[in-house]
Amino acid sequence: MTAATITETAVSLRIDGRSVEVAEGSTIHAACVEAGIDTPTLCWAENLTPVNVCRVCVVEMEGSRALVPSCSRPVSDGMVIETDTPRVRHSRKMVLEFLGSGVDLSQADDLHRWMEAYGADPDRYGADDHPVERVEEPVKVQDELYIRDYSKCVLCYKCVEACGDDAQHTFAIAVAGRGFDARISTEFDVTLPDSACVYCGNCVGVCPTGALQFKTEYDLRQVGEWRPDDQSVTRTVCSYCGVGCNLDLHVQDERIVKVTSPSDHSVTSGHLCIKGRFGWQYVHGE
Amino acid sequence: MTDIYLGADRATEPEIAAVDAALRAGGIDPVVQPETERLYTSGRARRRERRHFLLPALHALQNMSGWISPGGINYVAEVLDVPPAEAFGVATFYDLFRTEAPSHEGDTFYVCVDAACQIAGYDDLAESVRASGGHVHLGPCLGQCERAPALFVQGSGGRRDYVPADEDPFVLPQAGDPSLRLLRRIGTADPDSLESYLAHGGYVALRRAGEMGAEAVLEAVADSGLSGRGGAAFPTGVKWRAVAAEGGRPKHVVANCDESEPGTFKDRIVMEHDPFAVIEAMTIAGLATGAANGWIYIRGEYPQATARLQGAIEAARAEGLLGPNSAGTGHDFDIAIWRGAGAYICGEETALFNSLEGFRGEPRNKPPFPTTHGLFGEPTAINNPETLLNVGDIIIEGPDAYRQRGTERSPGTKLLCLSGKVGRPGLYEVPFGTTLGTLLDLAGGVAGNGELQAVLMGGAAGSFVGPDSLGLPLTLEDTRAAGTTLGSGVVMVFDTSVDMTAVVVRIAEFFRDESCGQCVPCRVGAVRQHETLVQMQKRGSLSADRRALIDDMAEAMVDASICGLGHTAASAVRSALNLGLIQEAPAA
Ligand SMILES: Cc1cc2nc3c(=O)[nH]c(=O)nc-3n(C[C@H](O)[C@H](O)[C@H](O)COP(=O)(O)O)c2cc1C
Ligand code: SF4
Ligand code: SF4
Ligand code: SF4
Ligand code: FES
Ligand code: FES
Repeated sequence: MTAATITETAVSLRIDGRSVEVAEGSTIHAACVEAGIDTPTLCWAENLTPVNVCRVCVVEMEGSRALVPSCSRPVSDGMVIETDTPRVRHSRKMVLEFLGSGVDLSQADDLHRWMEAYGADPDRYGADDHPVERVEEPVKVQDELYIRDYSKCVLCYKCVEACGDDAQHTFAIAVAGRGFDARISTEFDVTLPDSACVYCGNCVGVCPTGALQFKTEYDLRQVGEWRPDDQSVTRTVCSYCGVGCNLDLHVQDERIVKVTSPSDHSVTSGHLCIKGRFGWQYVHGE
Repeated sequence: MTDIYLGADRATEPEIAAVDAALRAGGIDPVVQPETERLYTSGRARRRERRHFLLPALHALQNMSGWISPGGINYVAEVLDVPPAEAFGVATFYDLFRTEAPSHEGDTFYVCVDAACQIAGYDDLAESVRASGGHVHLGPCLGQCERAPALFVQGSGGRRDYVPADEDPFVLPQAGDPSLRLLRRIGTADPDSLESYLAHGGYVALRRAGEMGAEAVLEAVADSGLSGRGGAAFPTGVKWRAVAAEGGRPKHVVANCDESEPGTFKDRIVMEHDPFAVIEAMTIAGLATGAANGWIYIRGEYPQATARLQGAIEAARAEGLLGPNSAGTGHDFDIAIWRGAGAYICGEETALFNSLEGFRGEPRNKPPFPTTHGLFGEPTAINNPETLLNVGDIIIEGPDAYRQRGTERSPGTKLLCLSGKVGRPGLYEVPFGTTLGTLLDLAGGVAGNGELQAVLMGGAAGSFVGPDSLGLPLTLEDTRAAGTTLGSGVVMVFDTSVDMTAVVVRIAEFFRDESCGQCVPCRVGAVRQHETLVQMQKRGSLSADRRALIDDMAEAMVDASICGLGHTAASAVRSALNLGLIQEAPAA
């Protein structure tokens, strides 16, 4: 989201004492971006409908008793927002701490700097004689295309959205169970090959924690050979059909290890089909 | 989406018959009929027309087979055009649905483990059920706290659900008291008879409302100062006017009969013993707001209330008091009943909408509010049955006379659910402003050893007060000023013999079990809070560091949770700590 264009009605608000103008209908988060204020997000993505469930993006809004999620709350004229008060910092810290205390965030790279910034200490829960409950699930390796490791899952709903209304319209996965026992699942937890999954990989593309991972990446990580710093990314156009999807080929040691699509691409919004996502094996003559 | 991928499992003949019967009862034919209309609410796309039959269809499967089988899910998915993964996600949300084949034959016996039943010895009840071969399921409050310990029986193999205690004679402690307003027909009028209701002044208010017209009704309700009795005390007149102002889309009146706040049973008694009053008041709400569709969302553990409401709806419909031109008012209004399936969170209004629509009972972010984006994304007036019950008198006697009772800021009377260690537990009605001490005297004083330790006000989402609060006037303003709440009208009494640590630990466990799991502060916070208290219980003390942790967690749950469940999950716990109720906790 960029500055208000001429045709749109502009809304002005104050964020951290600065006045900001954005287009009507923008979110507080978009206004923060406009004002150059960095805001943590987890369940939000530009190519998905906001579900505002993780609450890491909360801000203080004048006139509101509770904090509000910046990723989904639309701006209104005269709004007064604070993004760095003790209350905001506390809630953000607690959200990160809670997550870290319950799931494996080791591959949720984007969260690490925020955990540091807010001083989140996930280890302060429980005691030696009283361990806390964590999400512990065996890794689901059910095919050669991608794996699911729900002990890394933060329940951000992104994969569900990508599989459902926001992109793929396959609805192979949904949230099942309730409370801390809630998990992303197929019906009766059947394997992916037995489910409606069409292997578009869009869920993997949006997962922020490594809970969903391409098998190539998973295998390399298992042997300690996943080296993002040694990877190059090449932009190309998918050759399977005439739609014109942009592909980003991630290459390590002269092999394609992952295919993504830019989430701001007008054709794909970051989403692909099985051919573009996984059909590159032919490149290696496999 | 027009075609749905289904696995190989197929439903059995009885399962298919049960689902088909449930759908036909709801007025739709079980044929596959893809529906592509989309509707946007809370930023989520959703399909409608048939999906809201998911809950009745799942109930039918559960009742027939004792669980919701893969074949059953596939059949429901096919006839309702719901992806099986989503149907499974919905089924697994509710306590009354099993998604694994039952290990036992026959019915399931739900025994309540919440505070009133905890101190009444639920374990003895559970043991006696087991001894007679019954399969026991321990769970949250069943809304029968005045007759604790409580039991609810879920039928399978097509047998109906029932509550054994419904066979006992009903006692209203204040029976015959001429000052009763909301409760005056209870125990005197026959709940199965429209004639009896009419003989007790029934449907005078609706006819009067028809003569007055919508605008005058809205004005009367606003002038009466009536506020919501479901817990949040929102002004009913403001809510109704907002819905009335909406045009161009279907509108709804929803009676929130999910009543699951531990300690609350008032709505159950009203629905069981004065069902026509709920129906009539909903019809008035429909007339005032211009809504044609009435919905009763009632918790699944209330079979008798459900049956009586259903009977009342049918009787009213047969007499033209519901349906086109209801009672000659010129307004069309009808009511459908939807049964919940065991989830406290579905009493939260937006979770209720999602649940009724056939989605998981996860609250929506507000705004937008129900008055503009409620059920099916359409304008909706949602009210607690007790709130609705007040409307009749406001219409008949006028707002000024109504305001003669209660206080300036809390006009009218209040239903209060007395349970725990009190002489005569049960449902009471007193004018707002009555003190807590007077109420306890009315209910026969403190039972047990007769020495008051604490009173839980407003249920698990409320807070404890100590013996020094007996002079507290029970009004919205006074309870708020005292840092407590009337909430849903829970007044649960504990004498000094009760181990409050165990009570508080169970309250924390209740929130852990009942969190929908959508947002992080509540999903994880409720677990960590419970763990911290269990640790305290084991050690017999709470270190300063753990006490600070509880406050840290509470602050985030209050500030950053999506809904009222997370906002209140630490309230009773912290009040107990502040009152010193569990300071010197005995080692369990
Ligand atoms: C967790 C939770 C549970 C609730 N349960 C109920 C309930 O069982 N019955 C009810 O009337 N309101 C319940 N409420 C309040 C409703 O959201 C809503 O405010 C109420 O139904 C509005 O009706 P009223 O204005 O007549 O009180 C609950 C709220 C929360 C946050
Ligand atoms: S790969 Fe595609 S179809 Fe399969 S679960 Fe992921 S998003 Fe859904
Ligand atoms: S699997 Fe990934 S994308 Fe899906 S909910 Fe979990 S963390 Fe989010
Ligand atoms: S506060 Fe709790 S119950 Fe409410 S939406 Fe969040 S997780 Fe669900
Ligand atoms: S990013 Fe806003 S709530 Fe998750
Ligand atoms: S029925 Fe047991 S506490 Fe309500």
